[in-house]
Amino acid sequence: MKRETGRYKTFSRRSALLVGGQGLLLSALVSRLYYLQVIRSEEYRMLADENRISLRLLAPPRGLIVDRNGEVVAGNMQNYRVLLVPEQAKRTGEKLAVSADRTLQALAKLIPLDDFQRQRVLREVGRKREFVPITVAENLTWEDFSRINVHAPDLPGIVPDVGETRHYPLGSHLAHLVGYVAPVSESDPIDDPMLELPGFRIGRSGVERKSDLLLRGKAGSTHVEVNAHGRVIRELKRVAGHPGRKVAITIDAHLQEFATNRMGEESAGAAVIDVFTGDVLALVSTPSFDPTQFAFGLSREEWNTLVTHPRKPLLNKAVTGQYPPGSTFKMVVALAGLEGGIIHAGHRVFCPGHMTLGDRKFHCWKRGGHGELTLTEGIEQSCDVFFYDVARKVGIDRIAEMATRFGLGQTTDLGLGTERPGLIPTREWKLKRTGEAWQAGENLVAGIGQGFVLTTPLQLAAMTAMLANGGVRITPRLVLPADEPLAAPWDADTDPRSLKLSPGNLAAVREGMVRVVNSQRGTGYAARIRDKGFEMAGKSGTAQVRGISVAERDEGLPAIDTIPWEHRDHALFVGYAPIGSPRYACAVVIEHGGGGSSVAGPMVRDILLQAQKTESGRRRSRQFADAVPTPLVPR
Amino acid sequence: MSLSDTGLRLTKVELGFGQKIASLNWGLILLLTGTTGFGLLVLYSLAGGITDTWVEKQAVRFALGFSAMIIIALIDIRIWLNLAYVAYGVALALLVGVDVAGYASMGAQRWIDIGIISLQPSELMKVSLVLALARYFHEHTLEEAQSLKWLFVPVVMILAPAALVLVQPDLGTATLLLMCGATLCFLAGVRIWVFGVAFAAAAAMVPLGWQFLHDYQKNRILTFLDPERDPLGAGYHILQSKIALGAGGIFGRGFREGTQSHLSFLPEMQTDFIFTTLAEEFGMVGALCLLGLYVCILAYGMAIALRSRNHFGRLVAMGIGTTFFCYVFINIAMVTGLLPVVGVPLPLISYGGTAMVTLMAGFGLVISVYIHRDIRIPRRPGGPVS
Repeated sequence: MKRETGRYKTFSRRSALLVGGQGLLLSALVSRLYYLQVIRSEEYRMLADENRISLRLLAPPRGLIVDRNGEVVAGNMQNYRVLLVPEQAKRTGEKLAVSADRTLQALAKLIPLDDFQRQRVLREVGRKREFVPITVAENLTWEDFSRINVHAPDLPGIVPDVGETRHYPLGSHLAHLVGYVAPVSESDPIDDPMLELPGFRIGRSGVERKSDLLLRGKAGSTHVEVNAHGRVIRELKRVAGHPGRKVAITIDAHLQEFATNRMGEESAGAAVIDVFTGDVLALVSTPSFDPTQFAFGLSREEWNTLVTHPRKPLLNKAVTGQYPPGSTFKMVVALAGLEGGIIHAGHRVFCPGHMTLGDRKFHCWKRGGHGELTLTEGIEQSCDVFFYDVARKVGIDRIAEMATRFGLGQTTDLGLGTERPGLIPTREWKLKRTGEAWQAGENLVAGIGQGFVLTTPLQLAAMTAMLANGGVRITPRLVLPADEPLAAPWDADTDPRSLKLSPGNLAAVREGMVRVVNSQRGTGYAARIRDKGFEMAGKSGTAQVRGISVAERDEGLPAIDTIPWEHRDHALFVGYAPIGSPRYACAVVIEHGGGGSSVAGPMVRDILLQAQKTESGRRRSRQFADAVPTPLVPR
Repeated sequence: MSLSDTGLRLTKVELGFGQKIASLNWGLILLLTGTTGFGLLVLYSLAGGITDTWVEKQAVRFALGFSAMIIIALIDIRIWLNLAYVAYGVALALLVGVDVAGYASMGAQRWIDIGIISLQPSELMKVSLVLALARYFHEHTLEEAQSLKWLFVPVVMILAPAALVLVQPDLGTATLLLMCGATLCFLAGVRIWVFGVAFAAAAAMVPLGWQFLHDYQKNRILTFLDPERDPLGAGYHILQSKIALGAGGIFGRGFREGTQSHLSFLPEMQTDFIFTTLAEEFGMVGALCLLGLYVCILAYGMAIALRSRNHFGRLVAMGIGTTFFCYVFINIAMVTGLLPVVGVPLPLISYGGTAMVTLMAGFGLVISVYIHRDIRIPRRPGGPVS
């Protein structure tokens, strides 16, 4: 009995202790709950929201690119496509791939869908989570698309959808300039989360690339509630983005089209510039390619064709192609002599058909020689000996200085990315580059725009524009500023951009250029403009691609048809019009085209006439009309 | 003690069926039912407002457990006393069997399939251990309990099943068995310093035991020590669980409004981590209500133990109550990040049949103790009624 009591007492006492212990532990739990649910509640609530709310970006429509007349040159096209959501296709108790395949088979009866495409979709079904839509087919015709819509109830999991693709209405005519868009690649810096959107495309070349940030716009966003697997449960909030800005380029699409067609299948580059504003009215490179294909994606064969084509369609020859300017360089050489005081406007040279320097004989293009010539006549007839003489006296450094003043040998900051600077050699340059001193004979070669001298068609057009506008430095531009200030008429003498050329010297050179096409003795007489008031001035150029041997010179040059294409001379021509008050400058370079005056001259003629007839430079889209009420005119 | 001292009621050793029914502890039964109802409500919310996912099955289990509880409660406590060692022996044999079978099939093996139902011997052991220890200490005097000589058997009785469960591996159940066994020894009067020595010995064993832990068990413990160690891997459970609890705040996000649970950020939300859903949706208020219910249940168990006139009954009631408390504490401490993650369900709330049946059976014993509280049982069969 006593034992029993003792046992009971111990039990009761220890039970009390146990209860106390349990009470302590329970209060530990309660304080823990208080800590989590009251003290740190706010923090955890935020974490819970971060968990469940996912921000998804909505891509804005890409901005349009329009030409100076407001014509769309890069727009967006609706892309009718079909998506497959595997889980919606799934029947209970069936494998996902089986269900998806059955749906695709049914779809194949409505639209063309080959086995390859089906395999690709099925592979993606296996790889992605079952609620992620998979693109089955894109760029469907409206007929196919509506047929799918009608049959949608019988196609579980098939979702018809409208996306956007970049579209270039003028296609290949503006391909090099406007550029193209392509999917974001791994090497692109992700400076905007928008770039991570599936299917997002960025500007890869041309204006698309240059103005990419403007064109992109600002992404909108949608806040969606997601579960732990990333499935969207519902949309909580939607913020609209800003569509991309419209970008207007200086190009006149019609002039561009005209010039492109005029140049045909030649491997050529050309540029037309407004001599006052520097607006690039046309920038042509032929042959070209279709930029819309890039937005869709090219097949390997298509890409190889473009890359291996001998006339390099992907290259923008107007800014990337570097050619010896040939005789089109002679105005710069003449001005270097005149401005440097080495020669004067009345300088005369006798041309016997060649010039001997040391033991070398330098030939004029005219075998019999031109006889005695003035500066104006030297330009008119493009006498090589005359310019050998000038160049020998002036020296390469003065020539280089003048060429640099005219913007040769430098990029124009057009922003096309692929633009090349060309090359204007100096003594220092040669020594540094080759380790050899400049030779006197090299002065002569440079004097007729050959040897080391390299220029791009755009640079030549800008040079011509500066000759035409009275010697004021202009910078070619491709994008029309949205708010150009009202520009006052400028004076070539006092303008800060003035090249500080003597009006008399410039007049003498220009007189020569006028006579090139308008004098019967001029090298470009065949390319003259006969329409009254539209006359042009110009200068032809023919740049040798390989040296002419003594034997060839003695026997007479072979007929052009017998020389392989890649050995033929480059044909060049620069010109401006109208003569009285110049407005347009144009340069055309035709790779291996033969004679500058016979091949390139007529092209410049036609392009300049077209530009004048349509008043390309004066027309601007209504959007910008208010900003620039009057065109710039020299006083 | 003479019969006259204790009054007329005590003279009646055998109770009639009607009397037993009448003396069922309806308060405790109501509490258990109410708590389970609370659990069903949470399961209903988790299932997104449908009952056939979990609620119906869980209700059926409760009904089964309830019936078992009543039947067990009506059986004479002396029969349970007699069956105690047998039950323990069977449970131990089954544990060995499961371990051997588990070794053969590689991987965690906790179930044994006996035709109609699959049985988890470790669950059976939880109740059997209480019965066996209660009987052992019932049959020994306080002096014996205090002497080390008589302590050997109960220690082996505790350690043997605990070790078998640990190699399954089931750290949670092993802990439960150890805690429950130690508590019964404590209540029986084993000297306090013995616990001190045992604790020190256990602490010394930790580095050795660490090597025997499975990688996932080590991970759980490391993760517990530093939850941010691997927030998407091993630490994911506990981090998401804490987020759910914290997001619930004082008043909760509202019934069926818990984003953490409904958007499946919480793993095992209907089983071991159900407390987080409850606390997310009903807040701290809801969590305290549940704790209140548990405290009431424990209080009932305690009261029943203290009112029992036989030592076996006292120890059984306290043992079951302690097991129940361990379930509650380990589970809540685990989901709130106070203890490493071990697989212990929240009693009466978590979805799952095994724990439900075990606990209901346990409470059946407690009610049996209640019904037969006035029966005195001699220390040894045929011995004097103490």
